Amino acid sequence: MREDEVATWVSNAHKAFNTARDLDQLKTARLAHAGDKSPIALASRGLGALSPDEKARFGKIIGDAKTAIASFLASATSALEAVRDSKILLEEIVDVTLPSNRSHRGGLHPISIMRNEISDFFIEQGYSVEEGPEMESGWLNFDALNVPADHPARTMQDTFFLEPLESGIVLRTQTSPVQIRTMLTSQPPIYIISPGRTFRADELDATHSPVFHQVEGLVVDRAITMAHLKGTLDTFAQAMFGPGVTTRLRPSFFPFTEPSAEVDVFFNNRWIEWGGCGMVNPKVLQTCGIDTEIYSGFAFGMGIERTLMVRHGVKDMHDIVEGDLRFTRQFGVGL
Amino acid sequence: MRAPLSWLKEFAAIPDLLSPDAIADAFISVGFEVEEIIHQGIDLTGPLVIGEVVSIEEITGQRKPIRFVGLDCGEASTRFVICAATNFTTGDLVVVALPGAVLPGGFAISAREAYGKVSDGMICSSRELALSEEHTGIMVLPHTQGAIGDNAIELLSINDVIFDIAVNPDRGYALSIRGLARELAGALDVAYTDPVDALRTLQFADTGKGIKPVLKTGGSVFYLRTLGNYNPKSVTPLWMLRRIEKMGMRSISLAVDITNYVMFELGQPLHAFDAKKISGDLTIARVSKAQKFTTLDGQEREINGDDLMVMDDKHPLALAGTMGGLDSEITDATRDIALEAVRFDPTAIAKNSRHHKISSEASRRFERSVDPCLAELASARCAQLLIELGGATHVQSLSAGRAVFAPAVAVDPAYISRTLGVDVAPAVIKKVLTTIGCDINAAFAVKPPSWRWDLTQPADFVEEVARMIGYDTIPSILPPRPKHASLTPTQKRRRAIAASLAAQGLSEVQTFPFTSDAIIESMGYLGERASTYRLANPMSEDFPVLRTHLLPGLAQVAQRNIGRGAKDIAIFEIGSIFRNSQKLEPAISPALDVKPSAKEISKIFKSVPVQHLHLGAILAGKIENDSWRGKSRAFDLHDAIAHVERILELSNLTWSVERSDFAPWHPGRCVEFIIDARPVAHAGELHPRVVAQFSLPLRAVAFVINLDALPQTPMVSARSVASMPPAIQDVALIVDNTVLARDVEAALREGAGDLLESIVLFDRYEKIGDGKVSLAFTLTFRSDGRTLTGEEVSAMREAATARALAVCGAVVRTA
Repeated sequence: MREDEVATWVSNAHKAFNTARDLDQLKTARLAHAGDKSPIALASRGLGALSPDEKARFGKIIGDAKTAIASFLASATSALEAVRDSKILLEEIVDVTLPSNRSHRGGLHPISIMRNEISDFFIEQGYSVEEGPEMESGWLNFDALNVPADHPARTMQDTFFLEPLESGIVLRTQTSPVQIRTMLTSQPPIYIISPGRTFRADELDATHSPVFHQVEGLVVDRAITMAHLKGTLDTFAQAMFGPGVTTRLRPSFFPFTEPSAEVDVFFNNRWIEWGGCGMVNPKVLQTCGIDTEIYSGFAFGMGIERTLMVRHGVKDMHDIVEGDLRFTRQFGVGL
Repeated sequence: MRAPLSWLKEFAAIPDLLSPDAIADAFISVGFEVEEIIHQGIDLTGPLVIGEVVSIEEITGQRKPIRFVGLDCGEASTRFVICAATNFTTGDLVVVALPGAVLPGGFAISAREAYGKVSDGMICSSRELALSEEHTGIMVLPHTQGAIGDNAIELLSINDVIFDIAVNPDRGYALSIRGLARELAGALDVAYTDPVDALRTLQFADTGKGIKPVLKTGGSVFYLRTLGNYNPKSVTPLWMLRRIEKMGMRSISLAVDITNYVMFELGQPLHAFDAKKISGDLTIARVSKAQKFTTLDGQEREINGDDLMVMDDKHPLALAGTMGGLDSEITDATRDIALEAVRFDPTAIAKNSRHHKISSEASRRFERSVDPCLAELASARCAQLLIELGGATHVQSLSAGRAVFAPAVAVDPAYISRTLGVDVAPAVIKKVLTTIGCDINAAFAVKPPSWRWDLTQPADFVEEVARMIGYDTIPSILPPRPKHASLTPTQKRRRAIAASLAAQGLSEVQTFPFTSDAIIESMGYLGERASTYRLANPMSEDFPVLRTHLLPGLAQVAQRNIGRGAKDIAIFEIGSIFRNSQKLEPAISPALDVKPSAKEISKIFKSVPVQHLHLGAILAGKIENDSWRGKSRAFDLHDAIAHVERILELSNLTWSVERSDFAPWHPGRCVEFIIDARPVAHAGELHPRVVAQFSLPLRAVAFVINLDALPQTPMVSARSVASMPPAIQDVALIVDNTVLARDVEAALREGAGDLLESIVLFDRYEKIGDGKVSLAFTLTFRSDGRTLTGEEVSAMREAATARALAVCGAVVRTA
C-alpha cells in the first residue's frame, strides 16, 4: 500500500463523481469508488494485517481519504439532485386543479348540528341531556305541568291526540314531560336540558311546522332565583348568537312557571322573540314530590328551528323540513 | 284586544306628551305584548267636511250606476261630485273629502273630469277613511249626529292611536279598557280612576214586574234587568259607534252596541234578550235531553246535557256565555229587553266553546274569569245607557246567587326577594300590590281584587311584584355550578354514527313521522311493522297514522330530490318509530300538588308504548360522481351492508349475518345483522316494486339499524399488540355456488386455530363451470411470543382447508 495509491483512489473518485450526469450514474460511481468492494474499502479492511506503526499511519491516511471521498460524494449528490429538481420534476408537472374528490358531499341536518351545539354548551355548564318519548302521556305533558283539563292548549286544534282519546296519549307538544319524568325519578340538584322533537297541529307554512324541535332547560336546587335564570339565559344567548348579545325578559304567562317571562334576544339590531321561561311553579314541584320549602327552580324553552332561522337567516320552514339536499349540504357538519 | 288611547285616557292620567311608543313600552314592561300600534288618521289630511245631499243626477249608459251629486258643504255654492254609491238620498248627511285632502293610502283628492262632468271632491265610505272594513256604501250620518260644514275628522274622532294587545290567558280582566288602563297607570305610575266606582251608587226604581233569574248551575251570580219602552228606532251615537269600530267590531243596533260597548269598557259580556220572547223565568241550567238549537249565526247545533244553556220555561234561548239564540234575538221591533249578566264558571263556558267550536268575544272573557262584581255593576251601566240613549224605562232588576271572591293569601315578603334574587322592600311590595288592587293587612295577608282570580298562591304575587318593579331590575347571575356532566355513552355513539355517515357522503334528513295504511301495505310490512297508532286528529286524512319504519319517509325525500333534479341520493335519518306494541289503556289522572304513588307513576310510564330509535338510509344512483378519471359505478347492496358493518364496528360490536326475506327489501338480497340472537339491522337492495313506487333509480339500496337494540359495550380492556412477524398464506377453494362465503370463512377460521389473526376473502371467481365458484382467502397467522416456522404455518393452513372441506365441501384449487 502506498500513499500515492490512496491519493489516486481519491482523485479517481472525485473525477467519477463529477462526471456522473445523473443520480443513477452517480450511484454506479459511488458503488465503484465508495462501495464495499471499492479499493478504499478493501484497503480499510486490510489495515489489520499491518504492523502497529504502519496501521497508525495508514489508518489516518485512509480515514482522511474516506472523509474526502464522502465529501465529494455529498457535493456531487446535491448538485445532481438540484439538477433533477429543477429540470426533470418540472417535466412531470400535472394539472393539480383537476377535480380530485368524486365523492358526494354529505352533512348533518342543521337542526342536529344546532342541537349538538346547544347540548355541548350545557354539558359544559354541568347539565345532562335528557330524552323522552315523542308519544307521551297526557298527564305528563299537561296535568303535571299545571295545564288543566279545560286549558285551550288541550283542544284538538293544538294537540295531536292518539286513538282512543280516553288513553290521553298525545304527541308531546313540548319537551317538558321530560322534566316531569326527571323530577319524578330523581332528587335535586337537577340540572338538565331536554332537546327533542315536538308536535303541534299547525299547518306547515313559512314559519310554522306541525313537527318541530325544542330545547328546554330545568334547574332545581337550593336557593335558585330568577337572577340565576337570567344569568343562564344571558350566557346561553351569547353562546348561540355571539359575545355581547343581550337578552330581555318580558312578563308573560305559562301554567308551569310563576313568575313567567318571554325572553328576547337583541340580534342584528332588533329584539327577537326567542323563547319562554320562568321560575318553576311550586305546584309543579309539589306534584313531582319536591319539597318547595327547600328547593326552587327555573325552566326555559326555545324552538331550535326558530333559533336556526334567526341566526342563519333561513326564511322558509319548508327548507328545514323537506329534506332537499341542496339545503342541508350548505351546513356541512358544523354551522 | 284593542285599546284606543282616547278611551284609556278616560281612566288613566296618561301625560299628553307621552309618545305611543313609550306607552307601548309601558304595556310590554308589565306583560302586555303590543302586537300593533295603529295610528288612525295619521295618513289622512283634510279638508274633510260634513255635507248634505241637495241633488242627485243619475248618469245613465254606464256599466255601473253613477251619480252626479250636489252637496251643501256650508260653502257659498253647491259643490258637485261624482259618486258610484247608491245608499243615500237627498237630505242625507255624508262625509266629503274636498280637493286638497289626502286619504289613507296616499290618495290625493282633486277636482277632476269624469263622465263629462267635473267632480269637485269625493263622498267617502268608512273603509276609504280607514275607519272600518265597511264599504257597502258611503257613510250616511243621521241629522242628530252632525251638521253641514262640520269638520268630519273631529266629529268622527278619527285621530287616535289604537294599541292591539295580546292578553295572556291568566289575565281575563285585561280584556277591557278598565283593566288595561289600570295596568298602564300602574306601569306609568300615574293616577287611575276605576269606572266601576261611579256605578256603585246607581239606583233604578222598579216600575213593574221583571223576569225572574234562576241560577241552577255553572255560575255564582246572575243579574237580570228587565226594561220596557225601548225605542227600536234609536240610533247609536257617533261617539259610541266610533269606539266600537275602533275595537274592530261593527255597529249592529243600539241595544246590541250598548252591550258590546260595556263589555269592552268593563270586561263583562252581557246578553240582551227580547223580553217578549221569554216565557216564564230565565234559567241557567243544563238541558235534560239532547236537542237541536239554532244560534244567532244561523247555525243549527246539537246540544246535550254537557252544555250550559240559558232557558225559559219552554226552550233553550242561548248557549250560555258563548252565543245567543236566533229566536230570542233583539230585532228592530223589540221594545222590551231582558238584560242578562252572569258570572259564569270559566270551565263551563270553556266546555261550551270547545264543544261547539265557537270562540266569541263573550266566551273568551268568561273562560278567563270575569270580575264577579260586574254582573251587577256592568248590567247597571248597560241599563243606564239603554235608558239614556234608547228611551227605555227600568221595569225591575232581580238577581240570583251571590258574588264569590278569591280568598286571601299569606305572602311572606322575604319569599318574594328570595325568588327574584333581588331585595324588594316590604313597603315597595305593599305599594305594588295595592296598585294592582289588592288589600293588604299588617300581617301581609293579601286579599286579591275581585277581578284577579289568578292570584291563588304566593308565587303568583311574586310575578305581580316582579313585573311592576320591572324584570330588568333582576340581576344576571349564573347558578352554582353543578357537578360534572357528559353525554351518555348512547348519546355519544349516536353522534359518532351520524358524523361518520355525514363524512362518508350521506346527508341527514328529518321527515314527519306521519304515514298511511296504504303506504304501510304497499311496502309489504307484516306483523308489528304493519300495526301502528292512529291519530284522532291528523293534519291530513292522507297521513292519519304514525310510521313504523323509516324507509317510506326516506323514499319520499329521495323521490322529492330526484324530482328536483338530483341524480344520486345518499340520505339517512335518525328518528323514533311507533309500533303498536301495546293497547292504549284509559288514562289514570292522579291528583295534583302531591306526588303520585310509585305504583301510579309506574302505571303512567307504562301507559306510554316503547318507541325505538332507528337509523335508516337510502342510497340510490351512483356511488361517486362521474369524473375525468372515469365513470362511476352504481350503489349496490354491498355498499348498504358495508355501512352497517362500519357502524357496528364503530360501536365496537360483533355480529353475525343471515340472508333475510324482509320487506321492503329484495327477498333475495337482504341481510339481517344479529347480535345476541336478536336482529338489530337489515341492509340490501330495495324491492323492485318499492323502487318503482317511489320512482327511485334502479337497484336502490337501503339499510336500517335499530339503535336501541345495539347493546352497550363494556369499557375496553387493552391487549398488547405482538411485535413478531406475521405469516401469510393464501388459499383458493372451489365450492358449490350455493355455499355461503360466510360459512366457508367460518370453517377456515375454526380449522386454522387460535393463531389465526385475520382472514380476508380477496377473490371470487365464478367462471369455473358446474355450478362451482372459487373463493380465495388470505390467512394471516401470528404468535405473540415467537416467529412461526414454515412447517407450523403449513400445518395450520391444511387444518383450515380440511375443515372447510368437511363442513362446506370446499376443495383446494390447484393451479
